Amino acid sequence: MGYSSKSPWLIHYDGSSCNGCDIEVLDSMMPLYDIERFGIINTGNPKHADIFLVTGSINHQNVKVVREIYDQMTEPKVVVACGICACTGGVFRDCYNVLGGVDKAIPVDMYVPGCAVRPENIIDAVLKAVDILDEKAKKLAAGETIEKREVGASLHEAVDGELPVRQPEHTKPGAKREA
Amino acid sequence: MARQTILPFGPQHPVLPEPIHLDLIVEDEHVVEAVPQIGFVHRGLEKLVQTRDYNQFVYIAERVCGICSFGHGYGYASATEQLLGIEIPRRAEYLRAIFEELSRVHSHLLWLGLLADAFGFEALFNHCWRLRETVLDIFQETCGGRIILSIVMVGGMNHDIPDETLAGICQKLDSIKRDYREIVNTMLNDSSIKSRLCGVGYISREDAIDLSMVGPFARASNIHYDVRSTGFGAYGDLDEFVPIVSDECDCYGRCKVRCAEVYQAIDIIKELVAKIPHDGVGKKPGPKVLPPENGQAHVLIEQPRGEAYYYVRGNGTKNLERFRLRTPTSQNLGGLVKALENVDVADVPMIILTIDPCISCTER
Repeated sequence: MGYSSKSPWLIHYDGSSCNGCDIEVLDSMMPLYDIERFGIINTGNPKHADIFLVTGSINHQNVKVVREIYDQMTEPKVVVACGICACTGGVFRDCYNVLGGVDKAIPVDMYVPGCAVRPENIIDAVLKAVDILDEKAKKLAAGETIEKREVGASLHEAVDGELPVRQPEHTKPGAKREA
Repeated sequence: MARQTILPFGPQHPVLPEPIHLDLIVEDEHVVEAVPQIGFVHRGLEKLVQTRDYNQFVYIAERVCGICSFGHGYGYASATEQLLGIEIPRRAEYLRAIFEELSRVHSHLLWLGLLADAFGFEALFNHCWRLRETVLDIFQETCGGRIILSIVMVGGMNHDIPDETLAGICQKLDSIKRDYREIVNTMLNDSSIKSRLCGVGYISREDAIDLSMVGPFARASNIHYDVRSTGFGAYGDLDEFVPIVSDECDCYGRCKVRCAEVYQAIDIIKELVAKIPHDGVGKKPGPKVLPPENGQAHVLIEQPRGEAYYYVRGNGTKNLERFRLRTPTSQNLGGLVKALENVDVADVPMIILTIDPCISCTER
């Protein structure tokens, strides 16, 4: 078990959620659910964070912000999409300003359904994310590259494939990690 | 004169649970001006009313905001009932008011916690959120959900809440009162908290009127305006309703108003539970009931953050033509920019929080 999985740090960003999942993410850190008992700390600095919790769908305005936060996080990192809006766009997927789930912008490792997502589910997902974090850390230590899910590879890719998805250079297949 | 620099604040910032961006124009540690930029949460939800049945849209309206979710369902349903000319049973009105006040209790507790977090009082933050869980438990017992309740529908309520459960709710609220009193005591009397709040973010009564501020933010600037005092829904049956105001006009005043409003909300719930009539909770309008063409209706509701305005227009089909919502936070943003003039950078998080911004309502 690596140091980061003993005490992974979280960063949370609210995409375009209704605030419900958002509050539940905060709630999972409060005394009743207390995710901090697993050594987890909520941080505001992307560079310190290992796990990225995103709530809400991606829209034209926040797609840049989400990518910016993701790019600033150092490897190994795990992305957890909290709530149905973050997974697929949820009830808002027909809205004109909504591009879809978080995987339209960045690669997602865990999908947590629910409207609003329950704190128990968030805790479960974060603990599973820790395992993924561990695997990634091991791969990095062995000098391997981390295979990433392709951006935009989700259910509704077939429905609206022409969405403007920018894929970061280092996530493209065959790209080499910079030293 | 010091050189002016621009300090970007948000959209991702530890103090903000929600994304709003402010360009703070600063001279040394002094904020000269704040320029807000919004739109990070815009989904275009109002447009969905044209593609959904008016009964279905209640559930979309609830998802305008996850904190005052019940209130948005309430507002939309009331406006649509007015449009369709439906009279709902008094019991349904009472239950709606009870849930609205419960939302106010949990919203204000949430806000008190976030405020404590903004000035770094972590223990108080945790205590406020612990108390808030009691209200969420009530929601879960009565509606099944913690955040999205889906109990309100066009024509009344989805299901009835038995009288015994209502009595249980009153008991639970009584049981949190003791803990809550301690929190309020710390919030209002602790000298370190006072020194962070008193005199910070001053908005005079004249400015508050000019900027048409609403809700506790305006009431803290000594404006006697609360939609509940107009007696809509079940609020008209209250023995007496006096808006809670304060003449401090600063962050401390806003904190004081909200602290007192929780007690007031608990009293209202108890009074309504004692008076609740037994005439059913209404039923969904049949498929033949359609909104009239070009008919329109509007409703004002006092949300935890202030006055919210709901407007609906029909076009003769089961889909509505237009749904419009004006939220308290969009009214208060002007006041926020005003309050952020000539303050210290360290006070910015406090001032932003004391308007209790709900960005997802504002941008929908």
